[in-house]
Amino acid sequence: MQKIIPVALAATLLLAGCASAPTPEGPPSKLVLVTHDSFNLSEGTLAQFTEQTGIEVEVQAAGDAGELVNKLVLTKGSPLGDVVFGIDNTFASRAVNEGVLEDYVSGDLTDAESQYLLPADQGGEQLTPIDNGDVCINVDHEWFASAGLEEPVTLDDLLKPEYKNLLVAPAANSSSPGLAFLLATIAAKGDGWQDYWQALVDNGVKIDAGWSDAYYVDFSGPSSEGDRPLVVSYASSPPFEVQEDGTVPTGALLDTCFRQTEYAGVIAGTKYPKEAGQLVDFLFSTVVQNDIPENMYVFPVNAAATLPEGWSDYAKIADDPFVVSPAEIDANREQWLTEWAAIATP
Amino acid sequence: MTPVRVRRRPGSILWMALGVGVPLAFLAVFFALPVAGMLGRGLIADGPFIEVLLRPRTLRLIGLTLAQAAIASVVCVLVGLPIAHVLYRLRFRGRGVMRALVIVPFVLPTVVVGVAFRTLLREGGILGFLGLDATFPAILLALVFFNIAVVVRTVGGTWEGMDRRQEDAARVLGASPRRVFLTITVPRLAPSIVAAASIVFLFCSTAFGVVLVLGGTRFGTIETEIWLLTTQFLDLRAASVLSIAQLVVVTALLLVAARARGRSTAQRRVGAVLSARAPRRGDMLPILATAVTALLLALPIVALLLRSLQSSEGWGLHNYIALGTTGARNALAVTVWEALGNSLTIAILATVIAVFIGLLACLALSRTPRTARGRRALEFFDGALMLPLGVSAVTVGFGFLITLNQPPLDLRSSFILVPVAQALVALPLVVRTVLPVLRGIDPRLRESAAVLGSAPWRVLRDVDLAIAARPVLAASGLAFAVALGEFGATTFLSRPDRPTLPVVIYRLIGLPGGDNFGMAIAAAVVLAAVTVLVIALVERLRVGTIGAF
Repeated sequence: MQKIIPVALAATLLLAGCASAPTPEGPPSKLVLVTHDSFNLSEGTLAQFTEQTGIEVEVQAAGDAGELVNKLVLTKGSPLGDVVFGIDNTFASRAVNEGVLEDYVSGDLTDAESQYLLPADQGGEQLTPIDNGDVCINVDHEWFASAGLEEPVTLDDLLKPEYKNLLVAPAANSSSPGLAFLLATIAAKGDGWQDYWQALVDNGVKIDAGWSDAYYVDFSGPSSEGDRPLVVSYASSPPFEVQEDGTVPTGALLDTCFRQTEYAGVIAGTKYPKEAGQLVDFLFSTVVQNDIPENMYVFPVNAAATLPEGWSDYAKIADDPFVVSPAEIDANREQWLTEWAAIATP
Repeated sequence: MTPVRVRRRPGSILWMALGVGVPLAFLAVFFALPVAGMLGRGLIADGPFIEVLLRPRTLRLIGLTLAQAAIASVVCVLVGLPIAHVLYRLRFRGRGVMRALVIVPFVLPTVVVGVAFRTLLREGGILGFLGLDATFPAILLALVFFNIAVVVRTVGGTWEGMDRRQEDAARVLGASPRRVFLTITVPRLAPSIVAAASIVFLFCSTAFGVVLVLGGTRFGTIETEIWLLTTQFLDLRAASVLSIAQLVVVTALLLVAARARGRSTAQRRVGAVLSARAPRRGDMLPILATAVTALLLALPIVALLLRSLQSSEGWGLHNYIALGTTGARNALAVTVWEALGNSLTIAILATVIAVFIGLLACLALSRTPRTARGRRALEFFDGALMLPLGVSAVTVGFGFLITLNQPPLDLRSSFILVPVAQALVALPLVVRTVLPVLRGIDPRLRESAAVLGSAPWRVLRDVDLAIAARPVLAASGLAFAVALGEFGATTFLSRPDRPTLPVVIYRLIGLPGGDNFGMAIAAAVVLAAVTVLVIALVERLRVGTIGAF
């Protein structure tokens, strides 16, 4: 009996502690920002949010964009954090349909950024655009110059016999740029995408498991080991290959691009929706937006953000990238990938 | 004369309870609960069960998984045995360094090795003429490359402590070396060979990165499919079906392994003296085999070393100097050296957890209960310890998220989960390395100690722990290496402000620009070098403990 009393007392205290938790008083001392693995900002950037609000930001990485969304879905009852960053247009529908996001979009968006907003029933009320980047075919200028061969321009050019065995792409079912490239072909070819891929395979496209494998092992660019002068990569890759003497050895084929836009949102079930909204606003503010290109290799969406030196010269973006709606991607992802695997990796 | 009957003391029951209870509690919380949570989610969802299992794709993946794991395990044993003989039975200069070097492949990050292998094997690469790029043999080669250290160290540890007098006697009586090897050595080594082979099998059956990178996505396994279904399609139903298939395969294997180990109990006796001797003419064959394997193992490593010395500035140490920075254009949140510091701290914690729990388990497992039911229960316990190696890291990782989310187990964002996850992988290695030796202890040693009045803890210290000291050190080294190189679970759980070295390497290799790639390779070389250093230090310690016998 003597033992039971302190235990019961402790249990009561614990319960009391739990009961008081859901109704916090005043702002939190800390918000948890759940992101994908590629999230990175300069030291001190997030500290400015703390200076503004007195709230610290703890970053929790949760895998790539797909894993990130799936983790949010699985932990719906007890959320991983307060704000999420890194949901892209290929996974937005799943996040919205599963109800893992509160309705909140930053009020700081202007007309200049409204083009990045998702359609109303597919995340337009829950997700604030933060950055975007194009996935395009990268080309090794030097290789084509020394081979005396004209560079390809369009997706159709890739099927020409003179470009046989020159392209390497990461697999759509194990790499996010790989999936983006598949979506570009689906947007371009519609129902004919399977024939297009069969023709690509017949023309010797090489499929690697991941981006690093394709870029560093098979691509012929200056920092790579391989012998294929065409690779599926990002529009932001060429600036990183610019040599000290100013030569630009690689470039992006801007007619082959799929645009990935990344969003932030307030996670449903957060105890601090108001402060979480402030953090979303902060991610959209120029403080973070100016810091994004150098750290995450993508373009800020905020029209007021300034690009780092060199970006305007070397980092091009497509005028008219291929688009597939998030709802369509979500509805067809599994079927497309299964069909793609049957054609590309028999 | 009837044998002396030792009355069972209350103390030994306490030890048994601790030895079984603590590891089981650990596994229940950090393994069974998360896996059950994930399976539960999948199985309550509507959808086909048998249909998923009978899809031609599923059947093909199960077949491929079994084939690659089985072939790789057999090859690892065949190639690993001569090396174990040379490194643990023979005495020669440089042996300690070689023992440490063997473990290098085991800790290299899969993505780096994948790239290194593909650089060699692709069309136009040094080994391009073999035509192995994106083929099944390429996957096998890589799996053997990674896991050979498991065989060498597990078998070597036992071999080193094995009393040589039986073999010497047989030789004196005129048996050929071949006959001695086949009729005396192999049967006595059988428990640790089976143990090593089953660990390799489990590692291979859940291999993920290697299979993807080297197979060019054509050769999936159950593991890659679970990853695809869970992280990309969120098809938890199908993922659960495959997880169950994986559990069944692994359990079947463990049963077979337990039977194979059980049959050879009679022959085990461990001597307290090291059995190593100077090389003789008869050792030429294993020495030759070891040399050839060493060359093959060294090829990808040398390729990596050379690549680490190349940067945009030409040949030199630029990539290594860059390790003190956060990479070109701020690629990393911390410098590579800081990441190494994180890695070391976490790996030490993981090793302590794995060795502590592993030792407790071994003490329980090394006793032979009097009843048949007790023996069966122990066998079941033994198998349970091995299971974490054979179950998908994706299933366990997602399971952590959905089960460890409420007090008192609100751990999912806690730093401690990283070493715990690594310890889960290292634990089976500790058990399989230490247990064969403890089981080999003549029970009469313990009985006489008890009869002479030693308390149970004293028996434990002066008999069990004294004899097990060598393999425990070997196991610690292996556990440390596993923890240091672990990527799958770590990347799932590690926090961005405290990344480990493999996580940092993975990030560097995922960014364009020549020097990030070079830095990744240099960081991998550092990871390997640190491992070799630590293992070599442990080897030194081992020499020190011999005096205590």
